[in-house]
Amino acid sequence: MKHKCDKCDKPATVHLTEILGGKKIEKHLCEECAAEEGITIKANVPISQLLEDFVLQAAEETETEPEITCDVCGMNFSEFREHGQLGCPNDYEVFSPMLEKMLAQAHGGANQHVGKVPIHADQTQKKQNAILRLRAELKEMITAEQYERAAVLRDQIKEMEAG
Amino acid sequence: MMKLADLTRQTSEWMRGAGPMHDVVISSRVRLARNLAGMPFLSRCSDEQKTGIVERLRTEILAGGLAKDLFYVDVAAASELDCQLLVERHLISRQHAESDHPRGVAISGDETIALMINEEDHLRMQVLRSGMQLHEAFDEINRIDDALGERVDFSYSDKFGFLTACPTNVGTGLRVSVMMHLPALKLSGEIEKALRGARDMRLAIRGLYGEGTDAIGDIFQISNQITLGLSEERIVEEFTGVVVPEFLRYERAAREALLKHNPTEVDDRIFRSLALLQSARKITAEETMYRLSMVRLGIYIERIKGLDLKATNELFLLAAPAHLQKVHGDEVAEDKLDEVRAEFLRQRLADL
Repeated sequence: MKHKCDKCDKPATVHLTEILGGKKIEKHLCEECAAEEGITIKANVPISQLLEDFVLQAAEETETEPEITCDVCGMNFSEFREHGQLGCPNDYEVFSPMLEKMLAQAHGGANQHVGKVPIHADQTQKKQNAILRLRAELKEMITAEQYERAAVLRDQIKEMEAG
Repeated sequence: MMKLADLTRQTSEWMRGAGPMHDVVISSRVRLARNLAGMPFLSRCSDEQKTGIVERLRTEILAGGLAKDLFYVDVAAASELDCQLLVERHLISRQHAESDHPRGVAISGDETIALMINEEDHLRMQVLRSGMQLHEAFDEINRIDDALGERVDFSYSDKFGFLTACPTNVGTGLRVSVMMHLPALKLSGEIEKALRGARDMRLAIRGLYGEGTDAIGDIFQISNQITLGLSEERIVEEFTGVVVPEFLRYERAAREALLKHNPTEVDDRIFRSLALLQSARKITAEETMYRLSMVRLGIYIERIKGLDLKATNELFLLAAPAHLQKVHGDEVAEDKLDEVRAEFLRQRLADL
């Protein structure tokens, strides 16, 4: 059944069910009216905003902590916060605890690379990543109830771990 | 060997107006961000180190085997106009054009490949193709990355993947984007909803010239933001399997609905735009984009005959400021540009 918006005559695209005082209340709103009511479909914040939020939050948290400085390039974390650019690859190690939190926010919860491994990285690394990638896919397939594919993946992982 | 000056005389591959799904997808682009192992990122490099990076990468890139007829442009030594020309052709980014340290770009003769040295990272490699060709574009960039990876070591960690100056690119360093022409969604007012859907999928939406530009002429660039925790194949697959088919379906349905319910309205917009381009005496680059976008729609739905997509794409480019100046002589005064543009468009569209 198609609902019209509770407040105006436009088609409702936002449907809510609230339980208030043991009573079930259904709301059907168009997007504009929903926005007016302060109800929005959870939209993802752009990365630049996340970065900024994180930076501000981290600024509060770390204010009392001693500043961490990279011994390779001399970059400290406040400087990174200010410019958004790291100074050298070693910063990823040095700022790791703070970065991991930020990366998880910026990259949908992930803080571990599962993509391509460069040719010159050693074989063990390559294998670990391949297994990691298969595991992530396995997890997804199980959630999606794609059990046939999951079984194939599980075998692949076993084989790789054995070999 | 090609030179910078030859560019304005040829049509870039991505402008051919061909390729799969070209009624909606203008072009597909992939780029990889890489940094040399054992070197600081650019913000911490001395000028000497920056020059060293340019020399090293330029030599390795031009050593052969990477791609057919690559030519190199020293961006630091190029004029402002030439830099803008490269930006308009999507061969370098605005940031690359405007920074002031040693830098350059290697471009393939057909303009599908552009390898930027010392942009935000030491190396930004891009492949750009017409229509929906993300898989093909990715295969190519991956091949180039492998070939270059045989000769140089890129900064890489087990945990974070390819290390980049800005952590928003870390991991795969892969940015996938499609440029889509969505005039019917815009006309029908459904565009916001469609774009919100894309934002919910954590995709970035930009205008024609990337970062920090608004969408003009109903052309939108949609790209991934997540580069860590997903494999390259997954990132590409999200676009080829989900994002692009969805937009394609919406836009095509919107076109059909418009033609069914408001054919006069649509025709009116198309032919007003065409008439304006054929008779204006002064026109800005921005208005040209918008009007040409309507003309493109007119071509797709076979209202305008005698003009094809390739020719329209060429007009898009040749009417852009740097191209206009380059073709009509470097000395065109800025305030005369709109007049020159109008005259150029009148000539090109006179015989329709």
